[in-house]
Formats: sequence, C-alpha cells, structure tokens
Amino acid sequence: MIRRRHILSGGLALPFVAKAQATPRVVIVGGGFGGATAARFLRTAVPAPDVVLIEPNDMFVACPFSNLVIAGERGLDAQRFGYAVALSGGIKLVTAAATSVDASARTVKVSDGAQYAYDRLILSPGIDISWGALPGYDEAAAARLPHAWKAGEQTMLLRRQLEEMSDGGTVVMSVPPNPFRCPPGPYERASLIAWYLKNHKPKSKLLVLDAKDVFSKQKLFQNAWKQLYPGLLEWVSLSDGGKVVRVDPTTKTFETEFGSHKADVGTVVPPQSAGAIAAQAGVADRSGWCPIDPVTFESRLVPGIHVIGDAAIAGAMPKSAFAANAQAKVCAQAVATLLHGNKPAEPRLINTCYSLATPNYGFSIAGVYKPVNGVLTDIEGAGGTSPLDAPDSQRVAEARYGERWFQTITSEVFG
Amino acid sequence: MKGRTAIAVVLALSAAAPPPPPGASSCSGCHGAAAPIAGHDAKTLTEALIAFRSGARESTVMGRIAKGFEPTELNAIAAWWSEAPK
Repeated sequence: MIRRRHILSGGLALPFVAKAQATPRVVIVGGGFGGATAARFLRTAVPAPDVVLIEPNDMFVACPFSNLVIAGERGLDAQRFGYAVALSGGIKLVTAAATSVDASARTVKVSDGAQYAYDRLILSPGIDISWGALPGYDEAAAARLPHAWKAGEQTMLLRRQLEEMSDGGTVVMSVPPNPFRCPPGPYERASLIAWYLKNHKPKSKLLVLDAKDVFSKQKLFQNAWKQLYPGLLEWVSLSDGGKVVRVDPTTKTFETEFGSHKADVGTVVPPQSAGAIAAQAGVADRSGWCPIDPVTFESRLVPGIHVIGDAAIAGAMPKSAFAANAQAKVCAQAVATLLHGNKPAEPRLINTCYSLATPNYGFSIAGVYKPVNGVLTDIEGAGGTSPLDAPDSQRVAEARYGERWFQTITSEVFG
Repeated sequence: MKGRTAIAVVLALSAAAPPPPPGASSCSGCHGAAAPIAGHDAKTLTEALIAFRSGARESTVMGRIAKGFEPTELNAIAAWWSEAPK
C-alpha cells in the first residue's frame, strides 16, 4: 500500500522503495514531550514501523517546574531525562540536529550529513527564539538578560543572577504577545521569583511588563499576588504601557512606549516561533507556526509530514507539555492507522496544566478538545480553571497534584 | 516501577488490543504510577467518571474533564482502561 503510493507519487521516491523494505519507516524530529512520546507509542503498533528519533541533545531538560529551579526550590537535575528507555524499545536514536527535510524525496538530513528516509515524518521541534524580533534582544543579549524559556543553562544563569542581586534590587520581566510556549508560564515565573524575593530579599521589587491585557489563569494569579506579594510584584498591562519595545542588554534597560525601566536582574520571555526545521520543511506558515489537520496532525501545507507540540497551530489547545504528549499519542495512532491504509477516527484530546503561586499554592486549567470545522475546539461546558474561592487546602492539594503529574508524564515519556 | 506502567500503557495501544476510544489516550498524562487506572474494574471507573461529570463526586480537575464527554463516551474510556495491562 505504502510502496504503491510512493511509486504513484513520482520517481523521486523510487530509490528508497527500491530497497524493498517491507517495514514502514517513521522519522521523528525532536525528543521532547511530543517526539519522545510519539516514538514510544509508534513502536508498539502491530506491526511496528521502524522508528528513528532525531534529537541533538543526549539529555532532555524539561521546562515544567523549571520556575522552581529559578526560585532556588529545586535542582536542575530533577529536570533532566535520558533516552535509555526509548532505546530499549527498539527506537533508533540519532544524536544529531535535523538540518533539512526533502519532502518530495521523503528524506531528512542531519548535521553529520547522514540521511534518513521516511514514509511518514513527525516533526516535534518545539520552539526557536525569534532573535531580534524584540529590538535589542539577540543571542548575545540572552547572556545578560536570560530568557530561560528553554530549560538548561539559561535557567541556571537566571538563578545565579537572582542569587547575586543584593536586597533592594529591581527585577524586570518582559512578556510577549501570544502565542508562545506555556501561556501561564510567565506568571508562574513572576510568582516564584516574588516568592524568592519575599523570603530572601524582601526590599526588592519585581516589575512584570506585559504586551497583553489578558492572560491564562489571570484572576487566580492576581488574587494570589494581592494576597502574597503586595508591594513586591507589580504587573503592568499593555493598556497601562507594559509592552516592551526595546531592550538594552548592556545597561539592562527595558523600554516601553511610555518610559524605560532599569533592571538589576532582567528576564525576557522571548518572541518565538516553531523550531527552525519546520520552516525549512515548508510546514510553517507566515505566522511562524504550523497549521495541521486536527484528526491526524498532518501538515496542511506538506503531505506526509505531521507536526505536534508547541510548533503546531492546535486551535484551542495551548502549547503545553501535557498537550504535546496527548497530541503525540493521537498522532502516533493516526500515523499507524494511515500506514495500514486505514482512516483514523476523530479524536478527543485533553489538556491539564498546573501552575504555582508558591511551592505550596497550586491551581490548574483543563480543557477537552474536538475537531470542529478542521480546528481543535474547546468542548463547551468542559474545562476551565480552579475556582477562585477555593480553600487553602485545595491550593496545597493542587501543588502536590502538579508534582505527581510531572512524575507521571516524565515516566511515561522517558521511563 | 513507573517505567513498567508506562510500557504497559504503550502496549495497550497495540493493534492486538482495540484502539483507544476518543479521549482515552490522554488519561495517562496524569494516571500512571500515581492515581493508576489501568486494569481497574470497568464499573468502578465508569461510576467514578459519571459522578465526576455530574459533580456528585468532588474533584479538582476530573469534573472539568469528565464534562467534556457523553456518558457513552465515558463508558468506552472506562472499558478500554479496564482492559489495559497494569
């Protein structure tokens, strides 16, 4: 079935068909919550396709809970995961960066020059930072004003800067317009930086300059801030002049349309787009993100390539680890079904996302999604956030549930 | 053994087992070693989901999630998880 389609689709595919390989081949780019999940689930289809997972890093460093690392409440080691279990499942792991996709030949080339042929390709490249999209914020600037929006060295850099700051200092944070990875992430970061300052440097201030007026879990965060961090954490909305238009990394100055703010420590949640391989493969549109079919996650732009996780335009689904994991399972099922020549069933997807206002004050947002007119849409009457008037015991419980979620999902994905 | 649970969940998706009904594959994002559901009694799982949906059983997130499914869909999800290896 697959081979016939290749033959019909043109001569370029023939050299790979000529290998007479009976087992279909799926190549996955990106070993995060989306790609690693897709790899593990695909390997268990019967018969299983050959699965190649292309990922440049030996270890994955998870973003969820990395705001606790910034606040000094957690070690970065708790965020690191290896691929040993993935390999034991028969997945071929290629530790290299995918550099180009040839969609007509159906091959992926990696940084050492090797090529991998696929019948179907799953791209889960996450985000790349759009250097320069915020004037003044380029790669060199990130060494002075960390983004810490990809967990790892940047996370530790921001942590060290906060530790080195003297009491009475000013921390400034810039938040971009939508869309970006982890919609509530900037506000959890603000909360946990405020928690650190309150406990260790109480004369300090945190200024959050936002390019938006509304944000995820807004009322929950703002209630918590009023209760926990009055006079310490100030959030400036777009309407109040919060949009940062330029940064100067040398002086650590954040310019808005209305004035400038000098920081002792600054962090920039950066403008971003789908990982660069998406644009190279032709699956990103002018927005920088990837339109997909909500049943199969196949690209709207290039057949045979599926896009999951933060890189995808997934309608009402947020760019979260839970969403990437849920999408990967649906996509793996759809790819296996397509490789068998069958039609995938219409899916339902769930998202659940916990945020912290302190290490013991958690709340959540959930959603259930189905395809409506080709777009993943919220199912009415379902989902939503934790109640605004919940007792402290529920905030504590949700902080613990968040930790358990992290343990569960990382063991499902990485073993 | 968290890893074993994850693999069990993975194996449950194989063609040898029926494919998961809509929504079911998302559950293991939270339900693994913590709050396990694989291999649990189908009737117990269904009753829990229906009670979360109606609000008869208190919850933090499960009520919000269960409201996204019809009772027949919750039945199918519960039945599938009850067949999944522990």
